Amino acid sequence: MPTFVYMTRCDGCGQCVDICPSDIMHIDKVTRRAYNIEPNMCWECYSCVKACPHQAIDCRGYADFAPLGHSVRVKRDEEKGVIAWRIKFRNGKKDMDLLAPITTKPWGTAIPKLSDVPAPSQEQRDSQLLFNEPRYIRMDDGDIHTLKSNGLKLVEGVEGYS
Amino acid sequence: MLSSNPFYELSTFISPAIMQGYVILMVLLVIGGTILDMMHKKSPQYFFENAKRAQKDAKRTLSGGEKASLAVQTVVNEVLTSSEFKRIRRRISHLFTMYGFVIFVASTAVLIFGYATEADAGIWPFLWHLGALMLCFGGYWFWFFIRVDVSAEGVKWYNFNGRGDVFIVGLITMPTFALLWSATLGSGSLNMLFFVLFIACSTVLFGTVFWSKFAHMFFKPAAAYQKKCIMADGSREGLPADYDLTDPAVQAKFPDIPEYMGTNPPNMGPGYSAERPSHY
Repeated sequence: MPTFVYMTRCDGCGQCVDICPSDIMHIDKVTRRAYNIEPNMCWECYSCVKACPHQAIDCRGYADFAPLGHSVRVKRDEEKGVIAWRIKFRNGKKDMDLLAPITTKPWGTAIPKLSDVPAPSQEQRDSQLLFNEPRYIRMDDGDIHTLKSNGLKLVEGVEGYS
Repeated sequence: MLSSNPFYELSTFISPAIMQGYVILMVLLVIGGTILDMMHKKSPQYFFENAKRAQKDAKRTLSGGEKASLAVQTVVNEVLTSSEFKRIRRRISHLFTMYGFVIFVASTAVLIFGYATEADAGIWPFLWHLGALMLCFGGYWFWFFIRVDVSAEGVKWYNFNGRGDVFIVGLITMPTFALLWSATLGSGSLNMLFFVLFIACSTVLFGTVFWSKFAHMFFKPAAAYQKKCIMADGSREGLPADYDLTDPAVQAKFPDIPEYMGTNPPNMGPGYSAERPSHY
């Protein structure tokens, strides 16, 4: 279910307008409160829900992580660097709390200084690896795993390979 | 200029009774517009239904004293200091506009009902001008820079969208023409033009309550009070708790916190909320 706004909580600050990747959160011209202008195009990414400083935006989560009729509320606390979720099932009995870190260093203190990094060599430029690709992606000391390097080929019309 | 009573000059050709009648008419328009607005939006019904729903989820019942304390906190924080606004410049602008409006309206009423025929009205003319200036400062700041249409929607400042803007336009034009009227007293037709515009703008402001967002000043404190109640009674509208990350019980329940953030996580700073929403 797409996002919706509790009008009495919203103060029309525009944070959700700013962050929505689909550009579908807008400010109502009369009430000056946010609303989802095109619910069909909302993919429930929760960006606006997390960005709202008043927790004025809600979203009914998919049925794949809780039965329909449940409530999923989220609160992102940037100063503490955590995000908290609460899932209440419709029977009113199951009430789950989740808490996870979203950063381990103060915001803005761990920005890589790319200007100090040496330019990539020709070999790196020719490689399929992206710049600064984490080494763990490589799985071995060679290049990344591909169908070719593993002796595999794509089978047309089948979601998989043999 | 700041200490002269403009309504004394006005009383030479408009009787104080007509001025008083106009003020009473504006008060009635605000009351009527607000009642119609509440009936149309069904805001009391929404509040009562929401309160009933919250009561079902409440973990404890609030005593009368607690409710009174929350009401006082709402008045002190949300009403008197506009703490609901997270952005400091929006809060400052709102405070200027709000206090300017209150001072301007109150001093207008005092001048018309108490000093319409007296040139010396003590501090009230100064307060009248001060209120108008504060209203202009906060209002124009909001109109040109802070208004969400301009700051987040990419709309130009001169785009007037009708119902959405009638409140703020009325709010800034009324004190603007009031000041111009006061500044041009004794200059004939120009002064009369500013007076007519002042009256027209104030009539638009107070007469369009049903269509504008004027009524927000009545339901916003109610919404803020209800928000405090749901946090105090534990219902929280289904929102997660505010965890203390240094609490051993929290760390035991959520082991990721001490593992990745340590047992005493630092303040991480404001993050992206420090940025103004202007990336449209």
